[in-house]
Amino acid sequence: MTVHSTSPQFKQNAARALNDDQLQKALNNVKQGFIDKRQMAADKLPEFEALRDASRDIKNHTLEHLDLYLEAYEEKVKASGGHVHFARDAAEARDIILNICRETDAKTVTKGKSMISEEIGINHHLEANGIQPVETDLGEYIIQLRNELPSHIIAPAVHLNATQVEEDFRRVHTHLDAKRDLSEPVQLLTEARAVLRERFLAADVGITGANFLVAETGTSIIVTNEGNGDLTQILPKTHIVLASLEKLVPTLEDVSQLLRVLARSATGQELSVYTTFSTGPRRSTDADGPENYHVVLIDNGRSSMLGTSFEEMLRCIRCGACMNHCPVYHAVGGHAYGWVYPGPMGAVLTPSLIGVDQAGHLPNASTFCGRCESVCPVRIPLPKLMRHWREREFERHLTPATVRSGLKFWGFFAKRPALYRLATRVAMGALALAGRRRGHFAWLPMSKGWTKYRDFPAPQGETFQARWERERKGQAA
Amino acid sequence: MSVLPSQGRPAKPRVGLFVTCLVDLMRPSVGFAAVKLLEDAGCIVDAPVQTCCGQPAYNSGDRGTTRDLAMRMIEAFQGYDFVVAPSGSCAGMIKAHYPELFEEDPNWRAKADALAARTYELTSFLVDVLCVTKVDAAFNGAVTFHDSCSGLRELGVKTQPRKLLASVEGLTLVEMKDSDVCCGFGGTFAVKYSDISGAIVDAKARNIEDAHVPTLLAGDLGCLMNMAGKLSRDGRLIQVRHVAEVLAGMTDVAPIGAAKADAIK
Repeated sequence: MTVHSTSPQFKQNAARALNDDQLQKALNNVKQGFIDKRQMAADKLPEFEALRDASRDIKNHTLEHLDLYLEAYEEKVKASGGHVHFARDAAEARDIILNICRETDAKTVTKGKSMISEEIGINHHLEANGIQPVETDLGEYIIQLRNELPSHIIAPAVHLNATQVEEDFRRVHTHLDAKRDLSEPVQLLTEARAVLRERFLAADVGITGANFLVAETGTSIIVTNEGNGDLTQILPKTHIVLASLEKLVPTLEDVSQLLRVLARSATGQELSVYTTFSTGPRRSTDADGPENYHVVLIDNGRSSMLGTSFEEMLRCIRCGACMNHCPVYHAVGGHAYGWVYPGPMGAVLTPSLIGVDQAGHLPNASTFCGRCESVCPVRIPLPKLMRHWREREFERHLTPATVRSGLKFWGFFAKRPALYRLATRVAMGALALAGRRRGHFAWLPMSKGWTKYRDFPAPQGETFQARWERERKGQAA
Repeated sequence: MSVLPSQGRPAKPRVGLFVTCLVDLMRPSVGFAAVKLLEDAGCIVDAPVQTCCGQPAYNSGDRGTTRDLAMRMIEAFQGYDFVVAPSGSCAGMIKAHYPELFEEDPNWRAKADALAARTYELTSFLVDVLCVTKVDAAFNGAVTFHDSCSGLRELGVKTQPRKLLASVEGLTLVEMKDSDVCCGFGGTFAVKYSDISGAIVDAKARNIEDAHVPTLLAGDLGCLMNMAGKLSRDGRLIQVRHVAEVLAGMTDVAPIGAAKADAIK
């Protein structure tokens, strides 16, 4: 485990988020923007559903033969003059990256957006060793200024509004005129662009993530909308690609299929503004490009998911559609989840990576409404996988004692139909009598979870089975 | 979802009503409305002795208890041509999840598959299997309809209740915004994560209110109790009913969460 997790405090995190008016306003943007755009993009492409099937199959095939594709990929990268480093965990990855930076005597490092870099906590490690990392994706740049984690995997600063960003810029960009006008979002953008431009030119190393690694060619691919990724990987002398193992795809043909569902699922774009392919360092005939090209392939818990039901999670292409469509994410936002990956994909992935004892709340905090699965471009059965985590928790006695004893009590009756009918007949009769006047209860013993926000409707009285027995017995069979 | 060709269906199909535990305990009138709808459509209806499909245990990770209860259900509902539930969630449990419970037990797996194949949510059974196009009911007023998640996404229940509602004399359907978004119930979720559930049902209640109709309908009692409880807590005077009650013309009982007197407008 690397980045500090507050996942065990999920309930407190959620309560805080629910009372944060500013955050609640910002979350409305997620609810409104992403969903309609994805739907429109999907509707415009007749083969969209078939492409989702194909995408699932491509990723499944790759995972089944991951060892072979990893070897093939490594060979191709080497043949193109690049280096491949395998990191078992976050600590190894950090050391490898730091060593590469030291070899080039790096002072500053620019970074493209990369969730795996958040997972391994590379920024703090570089800072602690005297190297300045600079996030160049606008959203990532903003949350770096605030020392926060992304709250969304493709829109890292979605929890913020323009006023907050303005405050951060005034706080940090002290070399600029204090009286400058930053009231328009475009002014914030222009300022960030100007500040970052200098950083791009000064950087010794550029670190990017990868959306895909192509075994056939040894190519790494990033999709971005701001162009910052290109400047990050082309201008400095050294380009380091960080990628987890499951980013591998066999061929460019496969990538072209996956790209057709990725942006559509994420932002509703047909393609993101930039789709950038890089293969090895600059060749003598190239106009530009880095002199050194390194790929750090990070396991950090993935290989232990292979061969288990959680292997399906490794299909994830990080589009964010699951969280865009999640009522729980809409209610509490990404930070409540307490680690790097929020929303339904985080609820499945986080327990795999930091342990279900740490992240046990996440797969439980779902209504199983299934909307995430219904939009996942690689058809990951997210509710099913969350349920599998609940099963592991139950087996390991991590399920709260109140839930366990409640289940036991209920199960005792449910397995004994005669007793069940008797008990429910008595209980419902009493409850109906007590609730007769109003038709509902504002308070019931041991039901605070329900009655805190809602009344509890009173039952009608006689149970269905009792009345059926009385009225129909012997007639129907 | 599978739809049986109508010629392969017995003239008077024997239907086992899976009344579901919430309807059994809280609102038996929904069960009797389902019986009426099924009998009007030519079915012979029986309600075998039953308890629960096991979904609360299943979603709490207790596979052992779930399997025990599933076996009881499978045995209780042997011998019927169809099994029908006035709930997408409970029918979905049998249809989408029972087979998975017995992956390593071919004998029970076959039985679970057979039960899954003949189990339906009420409105989809009426429309998709029995090809019912109209019901004999009248309801004076406008309603809005909430799509419960399991029925919608596991069983494809979306158009069926709307088709039947369109045939109810005097009824107008006004769609609310985000009718297909979760109400925040989620079974034990509503209690375990009550703050989040409370926020989700709050958003739902606003959408219901914005539809400006006096009546809310849905096909799952869990969601209905959640929404009715929220509307009542907030003092919103919207009557809440299971869709089967309206389709069967059995709206003389008090709405969910309301006292008898409230039903008389």
